[in-house]
Amino acid sequence: MADIKLAFVIQRPPYKSETSTLGFTHAISYQVVEMLLEDGQNVIPTVCLVGEGVLNLIKDQKAMENYGVTSVESHGKNSLLVDLDMLVCKEDMERFGLAEDRLLDAEDMGADKKLQIVPYAEIQKVLEDSNHLLFF
Amino acid sequence: MGVLTLACFSSLVGSKSLDFTLKLAKTAADKGHTVNLWLSSNGTMIGKAHQKHLKDYSHAEKPVRELLEKGVQICECEACALARGIQKPEAIEGVQWNAMHWYLAKIYSSDRVLHVGGE
Repeated sequence: MADIKLAFVIQRPPYKSETSTLGFTHAISYQVVEMLLEDGQNVIPTVCLVGEGVLNLIKDQKAMENYGVTSVESHGKNSLLVDLDMLVCKEDMERFGLAEDRLLDAEDMGADKKLQIVPYAEIQKVLEDSNHLLFF
Repeated sequence: MGVLTLACFSSLVGSKSLDFTLKLAKTAADKGHTVNLWLSSNGTMIGKAHQKHLKDYSHAEKPVRELLEKGVQICECEACALARGIQKPEAIEGVQWNAMHWYLAKIYSSDRVLHVGGE
């Protein structure tokens, strides 16, 4: 069977609800899905951050200090560390006045992947190319 | 017949999303489709046994048991359940406990996926 492409579309802001965190954790779980699949079967995830979802990627979050929980930032960094493709909507970043240097990276963890800030049209192509869309 | 995988992240009480998901699962199963149901976040409260059916609140234990009898595979996120104080011995018998990769694996073999998000 062919590879299955999944788009994890994160559109909710961090901390107001658990939703965006679950988007990251579900996407990260692709790392172990092969335990439940047959040889040759593969899940290819892409994380797309749109709308208020781009706010999840702001660096220097203080979730542990304020809420006593792991930050969404750390989930974002772990996503890069496990080589997830992460597309960030350029137009939505501009709408929130976010420059690229305000967003996280995972270089300190040794990640090779980086956030990809792209026009929404590029995200749309990924959505159209995916077998299933999962909205968070 | 097809394979339908549903996910629900909403709570049993305070939202009708979980009620909707259970009814959709039943309808699909009655039509002969294979149905998988993943419960995460507040949706995990569905798996707790001994729910009291107060008429002002949604009640899921009976429909969950009916779905299990129809062969619907129901699985809830273990970490989400434990974080909410739901222990495995309290769970409805037949409801599986696993992690998020269970959901992704079921999606792999599904014709359709309906992901009912949380709040």
